[in-house]
Amino acid sequence: LKICCLCKEVPDASVQKRIDDGTKRLDRSGEKNLNPFDTHALEAAMQVKEGESDVEEIVAVTMGPESAVRALHKAVALGADRSVHLTDDALTGSDVCATGYALAKVLEAESPDLVLLGQQSDDGECYTIGAVVADHLKMPSLTQVIKMDVEDGKLRCERQAEYGYDTVEVELPAVISVGDAINEPRYPSLKAIMGAKKKPLDTKSTSDVGIEADRVGEGGSRTAVLAINPPPQKEAGEILEDEDTNETVEKVVAWLEERKLI
Amino acid sequence: MAGILVYALHDDEGEFNKNSLGAISEAAKLAGELDTEAAVVAVGEVSDEACQALGAYGATKVWRAKAAPEGLAQPIVDVMAKLIEDEGYSYALFGGGLLGFEIGAGLTARLGAGVTMEVTEVKVSDGKLVAVRPVLQDSAVVDVGYVEEPGIIIGRLNAFDATERDGGSAEVAEVEVELSEWSTKAKMVTRGESRGEDVNIEDAELLVGGGRGLGEADNFKLAEELADALGGAVAATRAVVDAGWYPYAAQIGQTGKTVAPRLYLAAGISGAIQHKVGMQSSENILAINKDPNAPIFEFCDLGVVGDLHKILPKLTEAVKAKKGG
Repeated sequence: LKICCLCKEVPDASVQKRIDDGTKRLDRSGEKNLNPFDTHALEAAMQVKEGESDVEEIVAVTMGPESAVRALHKAVALGADRSVHLTDDALTGSDVCATGYALAKVLEAESPDLVLLGQQSDDGECYTIGAVVADHLKMPSLTQVIKMDVEDGKLRCERQAEYGYDTVEVELPAVISVGDAINEPRYPSLKAIMGAKKKPLDTKSTSDVGIEADRVGEGGSRTAVLAINPPPQKEAGEILEDEDTNETVEKVVAWLEERKLI
Repeated sequence: MAGILVYALHDDEGEFNKNSLGAISEAAKLAGELDTEAAVVAVGEVSDEACQALGAYGATKVWRAKAAPEGLAQPIVDVMAKLIEDEGYSYALFGGGLLGFEIGAGLTARLGAGVTMEVTEVKVSDGKLVAVRPVLQDSAVVDVGYVEEPGIIIGRLNAFDATERDGGSAEVAEVEVELSEWSTKAKMVTRGESRGEDVNIEDAELLVGGGRGLGEADNFKLAEELADALGGAVAATRAVVDAGWYPYAAQIGQTGKTVAPRLYLAAGISGAIQHKVGMQSSENILAINKDPNAPIFEFCDLGVVGDLHKILPKLTEAVKAKKGG
């Protein structure tokens, strides 16, 4: 088996995020990190490798500016054997449609048996990239998977859907996006962190993987942000700091009584 | 014809879900403004009567594809892509839910079409649809337009209300589709399994919701004791249900239930979007969380920053005393 893990560099969760009024894009400057959901995908790949399946290699794949290399280093520290970085000015401003197409082209060149990714990114488009990539690659796909086992060359996956838990059998090759309940990602060892920069890293441009220039970037995107507005204002609630718990409880009970809830 | 095509999800009994009915209502309203029609796609085993009845929500036509199984996205992508291409629909609209995301994303790839997700409102501007979606944990709202048709719109859970109108019976037409090779490579083994005991949270007027902040499964008894004292029930977040701390039937949010009780007391719940969409219509929201930056403090009516392990037992005693007195 060859597993590719899609990784994304996202602003650190503690950084205040904002949209640039000029470009109408997310301002991606500031501290960055590997999307936490993608660490679950890497852990899932490692667990397949450490299980009974014969995993030839785990390749971390990302698309993004030069700085995204750091997310790949983190992915390698977490267990990937090597990484591929698709980076090109032509990709800037790509929407979901364009991003999915570009990622599919990089993956096509790798021809993996299994593509894993986190079900959502901290900074934007949710739940969709896996299914976009899968259709381009003509592979079966399942998103929001919380349990995955390899059995007889097939995957047995579980997830929560509208009416409860679904169990789905998926033939390989396949694209699977995972939820954070699937596993508890391990911490990378110091040795792995130190060694990450020495692992092979391929940098690819759009032309290297046969991406048609008019299908990516702002020009190739099929949606356009027309306006950015503040959210509808809800009157802010009252916030209490619990300093003296008896006093806090008294206030809460008074609040409940006032609203005739007790 | 231009028009809006809506996917309607149904359970194994052939009953359509509320979010799908909301999406149909929304599509019918928008179709009226665009001077076109709203049609529906239904797959698998679903009766003529159930399909025709969608006319009450404004659907003029229901395309039924029996060959595509319900519950998996890719066969439905085949069906909808064919209908959009053959019939020339301008937009595909989905209510909230996991399958809507998957089908919408698949269509994006198949048709090279623009997609917006987590949409809370759709507007008509110059004869075109503009999707409105909150971004960055709801700290901003963006208007997104489509460069060309077709456009894919994936709603946020509960964004669109199901409203019956004076529509008559919808016309039902069968659609034959050859499924893509890769669409048949995922097979449903079991669908809609409910795990753990059955609890009823939808009828409770007072709900105590427990999240990861409770620390461990055993601590749910703190929430249960408080709920008992209040005369309410206990609900849970997806995270703790997936972790096996509480039964699935009590789960609120994106893939769980939607509630609007008189009181929702969120204990150790951060208030992520996926949970918020299932409980934000509650009349009174009281949040207890030790993290002052938890998103729930942005939309609660009363927030307490503190240790719930200290607060809940005392609150339970105080409520009991008040009720007894």
